[in-house]
Amino acid sequence: MKPRKMPGDLRPAAAFLLPNIIGFALFTAGPVLVSIYLSFTSWDALRPPHWIGLGNYERLFGFHATPEGWRADDAEFWRYLGNTFFMLLVLPLNIAGSLALALVLNQRLRFQAFYRLVYFLPSILYGVAIFFLWKYMFEPNYGVFNALLERAGLPPLRWLEDARMAKPALIFMMLWLTIGGASMIIYLAALQTVPEELYEAARMDGAGWWAQFRVVTWPALRPATFFIFTMGLIANLQWNFDVAYIMTDGGPYGSTTTLVFYLYLKAYRFFEMGYASAIAWILFALTLAVTVLARRGAGETNL
Amino acid sequence: MKFTARTLWHIPLLLFAVTMVAPLALMVTTSLGSGHIALAPGDPLWRIFWPREWRWHNFADVWRGNVGIDAKVLAQVDFVRYYLNSIVVALTVTVGSVFTSACAAYAFARLRWPGRDKIFLAYLATMMVPAPVTLIPQFALMKHLADWLATAVPYVDWSGLRYLGSSAHAPLVGRLVGLDSFFALIVPGLFSAYGTFLLRQFLLTIPRELDEAARIDGASHWQTFSRVILPLARPGLATLAIFTFMGSWSAVLWPVVVTNLESMYTLPLGMQEFQSQGGTQWNLMMGASLLVLLPVVVVFLIGQRSFIRGLTMGAVKG
Repeated sequence: MKPRKMPGDLRPAAAFLLPNIIGFALFTAGPVLVSIYLSFTSWDALRPPHWIGLGNYERLFGFHATPEGWRADDAEFWRYLGNTFFMLLVLPLNIAGSLALALVLNQRLRFQAFYRLVYFLPSILYGVAIFFLWKYMFEPNYGVFNALLERAGLPPLRWLEDARMAKPALIFMMLWLTIGGASMIIYLAALQTVPEELYEAARMDGAGWWAQFRVVTWPALRPATFFIFTMGLIANLQWNFDVAYIMTDGGPYGSTTTLVFYLYLKAYRFFEMGYASAIAWILFALTLAVTVLARRGAGETNL
Repeated sequence: MKFTARTLWHIPLLLFAVTMVAPLALMVTTSLGSGHIALAPGDPLWRIFWPREWRWHNFADVWRGNVGIDAKVLAQVDFVRYYLNSIVVALTVTVGSVFTSACAAYAFARLRWPGRDKIFLAYLATMMVPAPVTLIPQFALMKHLADWLATAVPYVDWSGLRYLGSSAHAPLVGRLVGLDSFFALIVPGLFSAYGTFLLRQFLLTIPRELDEAARIDGASHWQTFSRVILPLARPGLATLAIFTFMGSWSAVLWPVVVTNLESMYTLPLGMQEFQSQGGTQWNLMMGASLLVLLPVVVVFLIGQRSFIRGLTMGAVKG
């Protein structure tokens, strides 16, 4: 093929790219730069922002001495960081559950398509409507969970109104939403790519089903697991705002406030936009760090 | 059917299916009932799956926004308005962002120009940046846009509420730009680095010979793009369209941030109106939830294949 003139395509390329690149500059690239700047300022969205250097980050990570010992400058931040990590528990549970489902469905059973559709159903309905449904089911007076407890002769629970119960309750809901969703579908597709010969070889060596799973299936599924873990992580760290917003408003007593929700509270209820921007960058650093760690973990065991 | 040990798997699978469906069944049962409780004390468990009453007019009440007990209307919710807002926003965002992404993907996958790979790398890099990072600057932009435009282009009432005959309480189209405008709800969603990336990858799988043949036959770039590439890329476009629609339909954070006027609420915000008035009418709330889920189910049924393909894209080599 003869080489083309380099600038030949520049004009059509500019035309095709123009709408997208304007939007990209205006709503993504620009805002990223502005956000870096804002994280070094104090800004209430009314007066112009003023530069405070590393002030926001110092406040987030700082400690000060008190007669009772060291105290965090922003104790809430550390608590909500803990909540954020706690909510990540849904990931390993989801991976284990959806893998188990995929393994069972992968044997050539009848009605496989039916089961797959039914398990998949909740995940496509993800959204506010489902959050209200679960809020209703958790409702202490009318909710179905307390009705079931009553039947079992157990005392009712306060569910989302109990600071200790709220996080596990939300994790349970997220599990219901995601267990048969994308992760199960991805595992099902990945299981199709495992060569049958590997299982045969393992069986010839006298491997039982657990040994086959450990030696053949799990290593073969590693790329899929890594993908599910990373995507789930990003979604979990960044998108669990709507659950807290609709179902608990971050409560009770901040027990379901994660970093995204804290960012929202700081920015739009306390109008500390600079501080909120700093939180956003910590969220970014956190996403990056955990992704890199996961990649390293996946890579090292890949030998 | 041959009975083997494998057949026994149907027992746990079926039980699991029932637990997965039970909450959704409860939603339907409650929405057809007259009160808060779908499962009253003493009711058998199958009551979750079979309504005691069939009060279809609950849905009419939801649609009209009559929140109340029996015939007594306690509050009015502008449900139709939220519904229309959501449909307008989700459809425009879907069509718009698929179009801009496809155009950009064509430039990245098919055209040669200096700096292409660098700019593409910049797109990729921003996909790593979480949405919360850009939230506050985007909000600030929307907040000040009207003022900036007013300085640049005077004589236009940039920040005025548009009534078009409806009341000041519920302006028909919100503001022209800035907070409480369709502009704010829609325009930031029209450009997607993720969509550009997805479609570029998809275009790379289409054989080059096809569009080169079109070019040799004298087709312009636009003709090649719209007559050859787009039809071939239809599965990819469908995948992106479904994901974009569902994302926009259920978006909470951005609409929360840019709307104050009730008449500009999208459904995720508007639904909250059902719970604020003197305790939640759970039967109406569940009815509203079902109506909100309806388009999602329809879109899923239409595009099931593309949807599943999108999920496994990138996750499984094969």
